[in-house]
Amino acid sequence: MKHELTLRIGPATFRIGSSWAAPVDQLARLYAAYPQASGTIADFTVRLQPTSLARRWVRPSIFITGDHGLADAAPMSLAHGLLAAEMGMNLQMALGWRRHLLLHASSVEKDGRVLVMTGESGSGKSTLAALLGERGWRLMGDEFALLDLDSGAILPFPRLVSLKNKAIDVVAAEVGDVRMGPLLRDTAKGDIRHMIPRGDAVARMDDGAMPRLLLFPRFGHDADVRAVGQGEIFMRLTQASTNYVALGEPGFAALARFVQAVPARAIDFPSGEAAFEMVERLWEELA
Amino acid sequence: MSAALLVRALRDPASVARLSAESWNGLIAVARAERLIGTLAHRLKGIMVPPSVAPILADARLDTMREARQALWEADRCVEALRGTGVRTILLKGTAYAAAELRAGQGRFIGDLDILVPRAAMPMVEKALMTAGWEWVKPDPYDDAYYRQWMHELPPMIHRTRDRMIDVHHTVLPLTARQTPDAAAMIADAVEITDGLYMLSAEDRIVHAAAHMLADGDLQGGLRNLWDIYCLLPDADPVVLEVRAAHHGLLPHVRQARRLAASLYGEGARLTLWDRLIRARLLARNGWGQETRKPLVFAFYIRSHWLRMPPHMLARHLWTKWRKGHRPQ
Repeated sequence: MKHELTLRIGPATFRIGSSWAAPVDQLARLYAAYPQASGTIADFTVRLQPTSLARRWVRPSIFITGDHGLADAAPMSLAHGLLAAEMGMNLQMALGWRRHLLLHASSVEKDGRVLVMTGESGSGKSTLAALLGERGWRLMGDEFALLDLDSGAILPFPRLVSLKNKAIDVVAAEVGDVRMGPLLRDTAKGDIRHMIPRGDAVARMDDGAMPRLLLFPRFGHDADVRAVGQGEIFMRLTQASTNYVALGEPGFAALARFVQAVPARAIDFPSGEAAFEMVERLWEELA
Repeated sequence: MSAALLVRALRDPASVARLSAESWNGLIAVARAERLIGTLAHRLKGIMVPPSVAPILADARLDTMREARQALWEADRCVEALRGTGVRTILLKGTAYAAAELRAGQGRFIGDLDILVPRAAMPMVEKALMTAGWEWVKPDPYDDAYYRQWMHELPPMIHRTRDRMIDVHHTVLPLTARQTPDAAAMIADAVEITDGLYMLSAEDRIVHAAAHMLADGDLQGGLRNLWDIYCLLPDADPVVLEVRAAHHGLLPHVRQARRLAASLYGEGARLTLWDRLIRARLLARNGWGQETRKPLVFAFYIRSHWLRMPPHMLARHLWTKWRKGHRPQ
């Protein structure tokens, strides 16, 4: 392909090829602090290619695919090329990664112990992870938490943090423009802006740690903390995992161990500040 | 160029020792695109590969093991569903190779469950499968009627809870094709694998694979189909194979498949001009796993329809599909 870039993020290496320069240029800028990976053998190939011959030039339209693809994936405009590249990497992980149990979750670490947060899109887990990552925690990732099948550790996968809509201003105010990507307006999920994780998140992206607390955050409700039964946690995590079925018995064993060893709570919160305080308090009590 | 790299790695696994990082990336992307990564991983067992390649191959082996297990379970469920109908479960393609532990099944990607049943038994089989939880995938009445009238199989069905597809064939080529293989003879000569599972005889397996690859379809996945044929050939008696292929009206296809298999994966063969065109089509992929040689690929796509039905029918069919919004990829 005409433009390419190889990125290593945690244990996975991606070779990204694009028919257009812009997405690759943006990736190169935002991932500049990550380890040099060009010329290495990648785990996955990601391709950003036109949906048809003409659509390379006329109203450019990106089809996201690669080693693993979805035939009916919705095309994206070139203005959202950066998001397309990020989604391309997500797609490869979600469909192809087998070396760890993938949990659709954010994770942060403090004192060698990991807080895992999982919930549906819009639950606030990315925002929360981004804020914690600025305030004394190490950001491990906001999209996937990788659960090691043997050791039970959580491994970092610190990609750019994808912030949506109202969360953009909240986090940008705290982080500053230098570590923010371009504002992508009117994507399928509204406005999106990416944040570059802090230097320590990148520098320590090979350091895993044991999970000590699991939270199911939910944004937009009055503050509340609830216990969650182990059976329900197990079911919710199997639904939050894209490769649980593919891994078979080792995946089951690792997840069962995780659920038994890690205390969990569901938390509702009305604002980032409230959530921050709740998390700190629960961490003191439970972790 | 990169599809050639894959072919070379399958033919001569030791040849990967000299690959650059860029070539490895190309080899892996093409192997995944052609759904031959598991086969490649299997072939490269015991061969020294770079440290970053080893886990990729290990993952692929794991995936194919899971797929085989899943495929065999589906086959088992099918036997159970057909119990009481008196119809034997004759497995075709991947599931058959896995069940019989044939060389063609090692590391093979297995998609749907394909079975062959007598045409007269189709309504009974359909009913039994629906009772056991399979249901229709295609709600379109045109597609449904088209399948039933002209195809060699029922419209695909999917299992309600297991989400796995089954293709029920009553012969090996569409009824509109120029060749009319003797499905009854194939069914009569099927051999038992184990536990109520059957597969075609060693020679019919090759005839079927060659028909599937060369007399039907646009050669999508052709490298994998040809690898199957290459692996199946040592099990067949060459003389019986010729007789059998002729009986099914597919002798030229079987001979061509043998030439192509020998040329790409074996000791080499003298190719005709037509063989070379097919080889060029089979190798049409670049180092990013993308299809190249678009005009050639498109020509084979057109040809696949041409082979499937007479011109007036083809025109009507394409017109109907076009109106329904279908466009060639």
